[in-house]
Amino acid sequence: MWPQRMELVCPAGTPATLRAAVQAGADAVYCGFRDDTNARNFPGLNFSVPELAEGVRFAHGLGAKVLVAINTFARVGEVDRWRRAADAAVECGADAIIACDVAVLDHVARNHSGRVRLHLSVQAAAGTPEAIGFYARTFGVRRVVIPRVLSVQEIAALNRAIDVETEAFVFGGLCVMIEGRCYLSSYATGRSPNLNGVCSPPEEVSYDEDADGMAARLSGFTIDRYRPGEPAGYPTLCKGRFAAGGKASYLFEEPVSLNAGSLIAGFKAAGVTALKIEGRQRGKGYVAEVVRAFRSAVDAVEAGGDAVEIDRLLAAQSEGGRQTAGAYRKTWR
Amino acid sequence: MPPFALTLGPVFFHWPAERLADFYRRIADEAPVDRVHVGEVVCGKRMPFSDPCWPDVIERLERAGKEVVLSTLAAPATVRERRSIDELCGDGRLVEINDITALPARSGRPFVTGPFLNVYNEVAAAFLAGHGARTICPPVELSLTAIGGMAHARPQVEFEPFAFGRLPLAISGRCYHARLHGLHKDSCQFTCEKDADGLAVDTLDGQAFLAINGVQTLSNQVHAFCPEPSALAAQAVRRLRLSPHTCDMVEVAGIYRALLDGRLEPQEARHGLSRLDLPGTMVDGYAHARPGWHSVAAAG
Repeated sequence: MWPQRMELVCPAGTPATLRAAVQAGADAVYCGFRDDTNARNFPGLNFSVPELAEGVRFAHGLGAKVLVAINTFARVGEVDRWRRAADAAVECGADAIIACDVAVLDHVARNHSGRVRLHLSVQAAAGTPEAIGFYARTFGVRRVVIPRVLSVQEIAALNRAIDVETEAFVFGGLCVMIEGRCYLSSYATGRSPNLNGVCSPPEEVSYDEDADGMAARLSGFTIDRYRPGEPAGYPTLCKGRFAAGGKASYLFEEPVSLNAGSLIAGFKAAGVTALKIEGRQRGKGYVAEVVRAFRSAVDAVEAGGDAVEIDRLLAAQSEGGRQTAGAYRKTWR
Repeated sequence: MPPFALTLGPVFFHWPAERLADFYRRIADEAPVDRVHVGEVVCGKRMPFSDPCWPDVIERLERAGKEVVLSTLAAPATVRERRSIDELCGDGRLVEINDITALPARSGRPFVTGPFLNVYNEVAAAFLAGHGARTICPPVELSLTAIGGMAHARPQVEFEPFAFGRLPLAISGRCYHARLHGLHKDSCQFTCEKDADGLAVDTLDGQAFLAINGVQTLSNQVHAFCPEPSALAAQAVRRLRLSPHTCDMVEVAGIYRALLDGRLEPQEARHGLSRLDLPGTMVDGYAHARPGWHSVAAAG
């Protein structure tokens, strides 16, 4: 029914990680330039133009594609900087540009049609046939990264209603809010995913010890507290503990990450074209290990492997931190 | 100087139909606003409760000379929600688009874009204007200067900064009211109805921080941007949006009207607002390109 093999799309925060991901079996890697045109604008990460060109040569040499994320929103009066990033990606031979801003989509559609594919970033939050159809008709978008709101059944229904490819996050960090629609970070810190390509930025983090233990704070707001000796986590805004309605709880989400490894067969049945691993901020050792595991799991699903086998292949990825299948299971809502 | 206009944005909260009817009756009769948004934007599950009240509310507002805008959902998902958007987009009145879902249904006829739609630059603004956008209420994290940059570049569109109310900061597939009460969104029991301005979310150290409203997260603090009219004019901004709360919105509108007419100084306007029963302290950081919770005017 779905003869096409599902594509495994893997993160590449650095040239070394790109090579590691490709060698570990990635069908495609995604990366960004070293500035605020991409949503992982962290110090020490990302690519210069020559590094991207070299990365594309390396990936293409091994039959892998390179997708370039230009997925923040261009600032007023600076749109040309985002356009030039798209031009540079095309010049480097990128296979696709992942974008959300109309200014970027329009520029690529007008100037690079036929030379590069357009993928709609999850930051565009397009989750209905009407919205996706609009982007497809207007800009020739070929693939949409689906917002983390839909269950697997709903993704199946969506795929029946649209004629562009879909890409679903399968592993890694998990946004609890609809991506591209969240200003929590700029409310607290002045910097946000949409404008700066960062969320809960490290320079605003402090760990303060007092009589009750330790507080992990972001711009002075306590995001979580830990008893003496309890391991402290990173104060990501939506994964903190807060007091509401008379009780303290992880109101938005526990400090979990996404693992939808057990749903790979479900994604395939739902008509999903590509599975995406989050984590451009991760090191090459981690990325290589995760990619290898998911490579074998996807191959096993494609070969008709059963759930027990898939679980065994992904067992190492399920250890350590707490995980969730997120919105893919309806009860998450 | 041409006059400034005032818009009353949609009610974000799950108010019973009777409360909505009373609220808009008073707005129609007493509030000095030019334009009034009606309709549910946050959660489609609430629509069966509020839908019956809108025809009378609209008639009343229009009889009072208000321009009525039909607001549409920010995160439509179900077939019923998508159909509601399609139906509203067929209306002859102005429609507020809060998700691209509505754009194909409305393209070619005039509309407003709400703060849930990502319009960050002059190219996006021109693109939407080409489809029919007449007024753009930009994302709340944009400063007045950034909005002015778009307004100067696109004089054919009117820009409407979000000036008063708890800031709409995020929207999710998950309902936090349901989660807090040990429920799921699909069987939520509408516990959000108990919190008519949203439910306060404090840090574990007792700092007021956020507020939840079903699938929506807002600021705990109330954004109260009270600029000099000349500062707005310098950025080619001619309209401000006020977001409804349970405090006296007629009084809020009166204060902003007086501010925009030059009858109140910004400091007097802020003082007037601070005396109302606001759900949180007043902030205005976003307007000044600072973190949203900062209060620049108070410090100045």
